[in-house]
Amino acid sequence: MTDMSNSPIGKPLLRREDARFLTGAGQYTDDVVLHNQSYGVFLRSPYAHARIKSIKLDAAKAAPGVLNIFTGADMAGVGGLPCGWLIHNKDGTPMKEPAHPVLAKDKVRHVGDQVALVVAETWLQAKDAAELIEVDYEELKPVMDITSVEAAGSAVHDDVPNNVCYDWGHGDKAAVDAAFAKAAHVTKLSFINNRLIPNAMEPRAANAHYTKHDGQYTLYVANQNPHVERLLMCAFVLGLPESKVRVIAPDVGGGFGSKIFLYPEDVALVWASKQVGRPIKWTAERSESFLTDAHGRDHASTAELALDAQGNFLALKVSTVANMGAYLSTFASAVPTILYATLLAGQYKTPAIYAEVKAVFTNTAPVDAYRGAGRPEATYLVERIVETAARDMKMDPAQIRRQNFITQFPYATPVGLTYDTGDYAAHLDKAIALADVAGYPARKAASAAKGRKRGIGYSCYIEACGIAPSNIAGALGARAGLFEAGEVRVHPTGTVTVFTGSHSHGQGHETTFAQVVAAKLGMPVENVEIVHGDTGRIPFGMGTYGSRSLAVGGTAIIKAVDKVIAKGKKIAAHLLEAADTDIEFENGEFKVKGTDKKLPFGAVSLTAYVPHNFPLDKLEPGLNENAFYDPTNFTYPSGSYVCEVEVDPETGRTTVEKFTAVDDFGNIVNPMIVAGQVHGGIAQGLGQAMLEGCSYDPESGQLLTGSFMDYAMPRADDLPSFQIDHTNTPCTHNPLGVKGCGEAGAIGSPPAFINALTDALGVRDIAMPATAERVWRAANGIA
Amino acid sequence: MHLDNASASGASGRVTQNPWRRHQVSIAISLTVNGKAVQATVDPRTLLVQLIREQLQLTGTHVGCDTAQCGACTVHMNGRAVKSCSMLAAQAQGASITTIEGLSQDGTLHPMQAAFRECHGLQCGYCTPGMVMSAVQLLADNPKASETEIREGLEGNICRCTGYHNIVKAVQFCQSGKQPTAA
Repeated sequence: MTDMSNSPIGKPLLRREDARFLTGAGQYTDDVVLHNQSYGVFLRSPYAHARIKSIKLDAAKAAPGVLNIFTGADMAGVGGLPCGWLIHNKDGTPMKEPAHPVLAKDKVRHVGDQVALVVAETWLQAKDAAELIEVDYEELKPVMDITSVEAAGSAVHDDVPNNVCYDWGHGDKAAVDAAFAKAAHVTKLSFINNRLIPNAMEPRAANAHYTKHDGQYTLYVANQNPHVERLLMCAFVLGLPESKVRVIAPDVGGGFGSKIFLYPEDVALVWASKQVGRPIKWTAERSESFLTDAHGRDHASTAELALDAQGNFLALKVSTVANMGAYLSTFASAVPTILYATLLAGQYKTPAIYAEVKAVFTNTAPVDAYRGAGRPEATYLVERIVETAARDMKMDPAQIRRQNFITQFPYATPVGLTYDTGDYAAHLDKAIALADVAGYPARKAASAAKGRKRGIGYSCYIEACGIAPSNIAGALGARAGLFEAGEVRVHPTGTVTVFTGSHSHGQGHETTFAQVVAAKLGMPVENVEIVHGDTGRIPFGMGTYGSRSLAVGGTAIIKAVDKVIAKGKKIAAHLLEAADTDIEFENGEFKVKGTDKKLPFGAVSLTAYVPHNFPLDKLEPGLNENAFYDPTNFTYPSGSYVCEVEVDPETGRTTVEKFTAVDDFGNIVNPMIVAGQVHGGIAQGLGQAMLEGCSYDPESGQLLTGSFMDYAMPRADDLPSFQIDHTNTPCTHNPLGVKGCGEAGAIGSPPAFINALTDALGVRDIAMPATAERVWRAANGIA
Repeated sequence: MHLDNASASGASGRVTQNPWRRHQVSIAISLTVNGKAVQATVDPRTLLVQLIREQLQLTGTHVGCDTAQCGACTVHMNGRAVKSCSMLAAQAQGASITTIEGLSQDGTLHPMQAAFRECHGLQCGYCTPGMVMSAVQLLADNPKASETEIREGLEGNICRCTGYHNIVKAVQFCQSGKQPTAA
């Protein structure tokens, strides 16, 4: 194996992608201008729920620069958008899957629903023309409150009169009921997991181009998984062969889940580009992003935890209503089920768990995976109720966790997962030390002396990452595989291009993946080029989400590298006149075991492409391998977070005084990049807990938080610097021993913050986001 | 209810046509961008950022919102950081503009750019050009800014990736005058 002392693995290498981003040379979708470019603008519904009585296009079509205008009626032969995950009701019947049209047909179902696509020579001309379209709407009562959809007196979809998508159950209800019957104590809490708007800084954008001479479509799109985008669009909506469609996701300015999905705009542009015969570019204005990007979270839950007299957890019972929005987005149905209820064991050996989840349609934007996707909702529930139970039972919140931790691995939870490894006490101990919990009483006293209320809160999260073993996912309703693909192309002179199905939109794969390959091949990182985001260059891919890139995508690359090395050994054996089995590969050299006979990697690669002295009877020339990797299990990152807040009761202002995160991500390839992922995740989690909340008017269904002036994004002065550290129990089932780090911060931090805030205020609960007004009311006992 | 001329962004019931569209007015402007003289003819509604991105094809300056909140479009005009989405191109008549493309000199990163790289102060890179331009202004105004002042000074730029932790570190690295790792 490679000499690890010189290995780039574990080193904080600076990122190679930064040079272009720092100098303005990045190429995002909106930066792409094609020859003969035209521009698209979508006319969107101003109503949450309305029937379209008529659409008059004459004046708009006659406006200067207009090339064409399309409505739902023009797309009669085009299918609707598919949902990628089939969930079954408790009674075994399938979930409701109402049509998800590319352009609205007879009804609009949320503010911002797309009604028409205007294509013009310039963006301004398309905008102007859109204002000339006359739509006659018959306004309908919107369905807004997720807890009362059956009694709403209105149906989002005419074919789903009760507005219920599914009513799903998971776990052993009888065992849970029996455990509750003998419990010494039950802690019950109800809470809302607040609806969020992802707000990647690059708005969604797409540029579609049809070329008549070869019948090919090319779509540039801000997307996290271009192959999946292509597959869904071709197979389910447009009926095109994948061979006729190339999807390129160039530099993408953040995703956080919101750019996983197949969106109607992408499909409309691809379809229209053939009708118009010109490339069409559309870039969302931020207002459109607020209205139409898939939102996140939006659960209403009740949880009950049964304990014995010593504080040991006996059972957990959960009832959740989850908002799907107006249409089923790509992964929407899986988020509050497969990615949620399966995580309700947390880090604890709770022997019995039962969850029921009702998913409902409302006249709001679709809701789908957002950083963490189901796991933040599960963690919030578990960690809030565990902390509350500790308070109810007058126990130390760290102790109640510690005594309930799972300590034997592998561990099969009662909700269907098998944790391969972990050491939860190790990161809790480390977090308590790093957070200086011992010094907390003195800090609390100092705050009190200033008239401030100080509180401390814990959160011990677990997540299932490395999504996912395809056979398990398939049994749970997934309609796609969840493997990853990688190709390693060794060039004649020994440099390497790696093609990965993972996609980087900020994660730094071009650096991390190069470190992994360079370590394996014993070559400088500079000799390894990483290519991602283009179905025209990469064999296949399932993309980046669920903290899967290194654990799944990285493993696919390693498998391809192993094939390169195996073939290289055969070539070296021939050149060195030794048996294949006597060749070893070390530090970038092929050696005959026990001798000083060796060949550098470049000599072998050159021979592969100039096969003059080559075993052509046994071996093909060339050195180019690809691999597909389907994981055998999820990975299970875990961690312990400690948050300390101070509240000014006169103003309700809350400051995060200390935030400590100790994570177990298994082995770490680039600690600098991992730290950045943790920082960003914590910021999004604290954003959810402190600031962010999507709000619709309950009567009209208008989006009230439709801009950065109304929706409070975390800014630099809202947050502290973070203290982070790691423990390591390597993942047992992938060769790198990695678990994934992209979502942890967003999963672990909201309950840590709310636990600290409720401690400071001496209240049982406070709703997220804990705005200054809510905190002021709680601090002063004002309802 | 009946609604004419509806659009998600438009007011209901509005029937007047946009005067610019009828008259097709255009405005000639001249300015200096990254040290080069530039002449352009623009629709009067053209924003400075649209001139920079679309006509001059300097696509390093980004658009992240439509309410002058996110700061991704920040450039320097006559030596001051401005949000180029919140002014018309016509208002830059005669001005000297520096964009992210003009910040580095002779292929060497500006110390602030180098500090962002050194401290991993960027991830997806989308907010980065605006963030760097604002950070340069911040230290020009207050070279010894404290962490609190740095955080307050960058309040007009939104980053969704970094949690600002490493952006603050980058500004502090730049203050320190330390040599960054060679690119």
